[in-house]
This record gives sequence, C-alpha cells and structure tokens, in this order.
Amino acid sequence: MATEILMPALSPTMEEGTLAKWLVKEGDTVSAGDILAEIETDKATMEFEAVDEGVLGKILIEAGTEGVKVNTPIAVLVEEGEDADAAVKAAQEAAPAADADGKAASGGGSAPSAPAEPKRARPVAEPEIPEGTKMKSTTVREALRDAMAEEMRRDDDVFLMGEEVAEYQGAYKISQGLLDEFGAKRVIDTPITEHGFAGLGVGAAFGGLRPIVEFMTFNFAMQAVDQIINSAAKTLYMSGGQMGCPIVFRGPNGAAARVAAQHSQDYAAWYAHIPGLKVVQPYSAADAKGLLKTAIRDPNPVIFLENEILYGRSFEVPVLDDFTIPFGKARIWREGKDVTLVSFGIGMAHTLQAADALAKEGIEAEVIDLRTLRPLDTATVIESVKKTNRCVTVEEGFPVCSIGNHISAVLMQEAFDWLDAPVINCTGKDVPMPYAANLEKLALVTAKEVVEAARAVTYR
Amino acid sequence: MATRKPPAKPNTSKEELLTFYREMLLIRRFEEKAGQLYGMGLIGGFCHLYIGQEAVVVGLEAAAEEGDKRVTSYRDHGHMLACGMDPKGVMAELTGREGGYSKGKGGSMHMFSKERHFYGGHGIVGAQVPIGAGLAFSDKYKDNGRVTFTYFGDGAANQGQVAETYNMAQLWSLPVIFVIENNQYAMGTSVKRSTMSPDFWERGASYGIAGEAVDGMDVLAVKAAGEKAVAHCRAGKGPYILEIMTYRYRGHSMSDPAKYRSREEVQKIREERDAIEHVRELILQGKHATEDELKEIDKEIKAVVNEAAEFAKESPEPALDELYTDIYAETAPQNA
Repeated sequence: MATEILMPALSPTMEEGTLAKWLVKEGDTVSAGDILAEIETDKATMEFEAVDEGVLGKILIEAGTEGVKVNTPIAVLVEEGEDADAAVKAAQEAAPAADADGKAASGGGSAPSAPAEPKRARPVAEPEIPEGTKMKSTTVREALRDAMAEEMRRDDDVFLMGEEVAEYQGAYKISQGLLDEFGAKRVIDTPITEHGFAGLGVGAAFGGLRPIVEFMTFNFAMQAVDQIINSAAKTLYMSGGQMGCPIVFRGPNGAAARVAAQHSQDYAAWYAHIPGLKVVQPYSAADAKGLLKTAIRDPNPVIFLENEILYGRSFEVPVLDDFTIPFGKARIWREGKDVTLVSFGIGMAHTLQAADALAKEGIEAEVIDLRTLRPLDTATVIESVKKTNRCVTVEEGFPVCSIGNHISAVLMQEAFDWLDAPVINCTGKDVPMPYAANLEKLALVTAKEVVEAARAVTYR
Repeated sequence: MATRKPPAKPNTSKEELLTFYREMLLIRRFEEKAGQLYGMGLIGGFCHLYIGQEAVVVGLEAAAEEGDKRVTSYRDHGHMLACGMDPKGVMAELTGREGGYSKGKGGSMHMFSKERHFYGGHGIVGAQVPIGAGLAFSDKYKDNGRVTFTYFGDGAANQGQVAETYNMAQLWSLPVIFVIENNQYAMGTSVKRSTMSPDFWERGASYGIAGEAVDGMDVLAVKAAGEKAVAHCRAGKGPYILEIMTYRYRGHSMSDPAKYRSREEVQKIREERDAIEHVRELILQGKHATEDELKEIDKEIKAVVNEAAEFAKESPEPALDELYTDIYAETAPQNA
C-alpha cells in the first residue's frame, strides 16, 4: 500500500514553498522521524520529517522546484518489496489529494483568510515617483528590510531591537541580513520582555538615539502599551517641547491565519486615538518602504502596523536612491464616480477586489488607501465624496470606535450636504477571533461585504 | 531603622559639609514652601514632597560628573534642585505657569531639563526604570563614559518591569545605577505588608548585579556608596544597585492623611535621624562654622525659596494657544 507524501504547510500563512533539497533518495528505507527534505517557506528553511515508515518509492517533485503548493504530492512511500511504479500509479489514481491548483481539500473546506490579489497591482496616481522611474517587483517583506537597511546606512544612531531580530533573522524574516551588515551593536536580540524593552527603547530615544523596536506581533505590544502611550507619546508635551521621543514601534498587526483571538487583532484604531503618536498602516510594498523610511526619520514616536499576510505579496517598488513618502497623504488607487471606498492596510486587498467586481456590474468605485491614520488625510476623502456622494469604509478591526466610525463622523460634519446615502463601515465582526476556519472566515471583513455595501449606498 | 553609628573621622571637608547643608536645606525649605502654596490652592493636583529624603539626592549628586544623567518618579522636586535646576522654574511648574520647566504643561510629576540631563519626572510607578536603562544604553552605544542614575521607590521595586530591566541591564552591561529610595512606605503600604524579600538590593544577585544597602540619612555614606557605584559603571562592569534606607516625613502626597503610621514613628526619626541635623552637627563639632554663620545660610536659602515662590505666583498662566503646541516635534530633537 503506497502512501503519498504531501507538501507540508510549515507556517500559518504558507501557501507554497520551495523544495530546496531531498535528504533521502529513491529506494531508501525511512522511519518515522527521519528528515526527508529541506523546504523553504516564505519565512525560513525548515526540515521536513517522515511520519510513516517504508521505502521511498518515487520522488515526484525534484529538488530546487519553486512554488510548490501546499498539499501537492512530492513523493510516494511504498512498502518493502512493493513495485514502486505500480504502487505510485495506484496511489495517484486513488487519492485526488490536490486539485488543479494544488489547493487541498483541507479539513473544514474553508479557504484561509488571505484575500486574493487584485488585478490592479499599481495605483493610478503616484506623485512621489517621478515619471520614467524604473520599477522592481519586491515583496513587502523585502521592502521593509530595505527601508531599515537604507536608514541604518544613512544614520549611525538608528538601531533595531526586538525578539529574534538578529541571529534568527526575524521571526517573519523582516530583518534578514541586517545582523551581518550592521553587527550585534545595532541589531539586538532582546529577551521576551516587551514592557521592559519598549521602555528601554524610549529611554534610548530620550538619550539621542533612533530606535526601531520590533514587536513580534502587535498583540504582544499590549504588554508594553504603558511605555508607548504614557512615556513615548506624551513626553514632548509634558516637557513643554524639550524632550522628544524619535522611535518606531513596528511589527505585524491584525489577523494572520488560524491563530485565533489572542494573536489576531487590528490595533489601528487604538493607536490612532492617541495624540503624540503617528500611526502608519501600509498596504503596498512601495508604501511600506517609503513610509518606513519616513517613520525612522520622524522626530516623533511612530506606530508602524504591518500585516503578516501581506509580507509575501509582491508589488512594484520604484528603483530610487532615496524613496520616501510623506505622512498624511492618502493614495487614490482607482478613480471612479459612483462610490468612494476608503481603506488601509490589508483592507485594501478586499477593497480593490470589490472594486473589480463592482466594475463588472457597472459601478465605478474610487478607491482610497489612507496609508497613515494619524495624521489622517481627510481632505482626500472629502474631495472624493463630493464627487461620488457615497462612501464605504473597509477595515479589519472591530466595529466599535473604528477608523470607519471616525471617517463617518468627519464626513457628516464636513460633507453632509454632499452625501446621498449614509456611510457604511465594513469591519471585522464584533467578536474575538475564532479559531475554526469557517468561523474565522465569517469574522473577517470580506470583498463580498464591500460589494454589498457599495450596492446599498448606490441603491442598486 | 538602626541608630546611626557615630562617624570615626568623617572623610569630608568644610566646603563639602557646607555645600551639603546648603543643598539639603534648599530642598527642605522649597518643599515646605510647596506644601504651603498647595494649601493656598496655588498648586493643584498631586504634589509629592521629598522632606526627609534630602540626603539621597544630595549625596549621589556629589558622586556624579557633568554629563551624567538622572531619571526618577513623580517625587522629583529634590532631584531637580540637587542637579542644579532653577528653583524658580521648578516652583513655577508646580503652580502651572508659563515660567515653569514644562511651560506649565507637565506639573509637579512631569518636569525635564535637557541642559541638566534630567529626564523626568515620570508619573507611572516604575516606568522610569527601563527608561533609565535606555538612557544608559544610549551612553554605552555612544561610548561616552556617562552613567545614569535611575531612581525609584520601594513600591516601584515590586513592578515587573524592574525585573525585566535588571535582566537586560546586566545582560548588556549598561552603565546604570539603580537607586532604590526605600522610604518604607509605598503610598500607605509598608514594605512589611507588601514585600516578601524586603532587602531590595539583594534581588540584583539573581541577575549577577552588584549592590548594597546604604544609610540614606547620612549624606556622607550616600556619597561614598555613590562613588563606588559610579566607578563600577564607568569601569564597564555593568549596573549597580544602591538601596538607600530613608524616610519621608510627609504623606505620600499632599492629600494623604498618613493614618498608616504613628505620629511617634515620624517624630522619632525626625529627632534622632534627620539628615540635615546630622550635617549641622558635623559642621558645628568640626568648628567649620558658627551657629550664626549657619543662621546666615538659612536666611539665604529662605530668600532663594521666597524668590522662587514669588516668581511662581507672578509668572502668567500659559497662553491659550499652548494647548495645541508640543504635541508633535517638527524637527529632530537634540536630546543627547
């Protein structure tokens, strides 16, 4: 009886990987626990172990193959003495383990939360990028790393500290290569002690340095929130302008996939509430790079909210020596006359997808990426609403006191006469994030909900 | 608190004793005046007086060099005066006036001076401890030989972030002196009622941090311990803990009725252990000054404090447009 060995998922967000190296060859006898292969995920190279015993009958995916989807059969294990080719054939006929895309019929039947990539990969207006600039396809992960590396080259006072940022190369591989280039003095592994190292970072900023403090996720920053708000955000004011705190707190924020309530929360509205903080939540790789460089140079404390699902996404990033994006400037990704869709961060993925779908129905949506939440570019939103007379906001966070609530209030106060329908806020649901795949899907905001909201405000 | 051992032959000088006397007296008279202004409604909110603890900051400042940093809690007036900040600016901050160190926007608990390397004035118990280690981190990063005095109380010593900071400070050999001002009461809760291991300085041992307990009512002992701690830090040996045994005569804040201890307890320490009286005796015994000369100093100090109080009353309230300034910095700060 032959057993197929499938490409494993080795992280919550992994969809595909590279089969870097086989450590066994056809005909080898393997036991449970033997290391079969090295697999490169979006984050790291991992060893993959056998769970069954038998003889490796056939290798189906050669070493070095990139983009192997999770659950694709990569080898077949046969019993001692069994004819390998016959057994392989039988196994492949018997087990339709993967569909054409290699997507598994995994338990629960629900796809993970990651929204599909919208067709449009670039916004319509990019004022920061001069005409004719060469563009390079870059992941958000690489863009963040490049931003830090460029700023660390530019200013010796910039340093990075956090859990696993140095020797491990970043829990999410964001700081890959930084330890090699800048050394242990400037790329510092901390103990698991968020409250302590956030406060230490604040002190270092008071002392004249420019710390980048990485939280492995912003869920863990809750341990440090007193230092972020009471010490970092308020000291300039409390000191009558004497003592500034130039610091960047950055890390993934919001839901990843299947990590449940304590690891899946969008803190955008929490931090945007605080005077003294600047709050950034980029969507594209170009924005991630340009805004992180601006954040590191900013003389104020900046909360830089990234997204784990977006880390592996590629976008066009301009090839410029020093590409920065100013805070407080929203970006119009798509022009339209029928409805304004306002979002930020991963909400943009749902929103752009919704805009594609709406276009097919003849509804032309204008899509605005806020990019920074404090300062917030309300002027761009108001101008758009004056044209479309309708607005839908999209975010992953909880509905009560959301960014969408705030934008609705601003529009009511400053664009009341232009509104032809109430503003609808599409948000995550008002529940802690459930673990079960089907419930998680229900808890998150979806492109479908955005489409429905857009239809509702356009009375279609 | 044990009775002080009589000093054999104090290792000091006339000048030093007179300086200590003057500096400690300035803090005490300043605080008495602040208490008075609070009673008159000129100072609002929380106001935590330092009376009784003067020898701690005066002794340690004597061990500091120009450029060394300090950071403390909300009981901060004494630290500011001892590190050379202007009593007028401190008092005017207490009254919430334009002439205050924070233009009236920080108040008693939140004052700073870049010039004097005073990094606050922090209102959240224990928050200044990792901040102090961070200041030391910046000094080590710049390799400038500076040390940071990070002051906190026996109450803050039980905060989790203190343990987190000890660990990192020793791990990274940061030049920081953790000064635990053990005045024996965390607000109204005595150390006995709050703390399983009451020898706070010994907690450093589990991180390999050297330290010692010091008689905080003896300014010379504090200075000697401070010098030892500073030498340890400057030699690159990492942090040092000084647990300084002291006593606050007044309540936790101005609104504290202090029912958690007897009047006799306070009175006994005032009479037997007072740090200013101690220096006064040393001066008189050593014939470094006469009673009359000391009275002259008292008068001078009183004048300084009265001048500060007058300034604090007369300085105008901040302009209304100050409400919206200093929320964001436009240009890079020059903190270092």
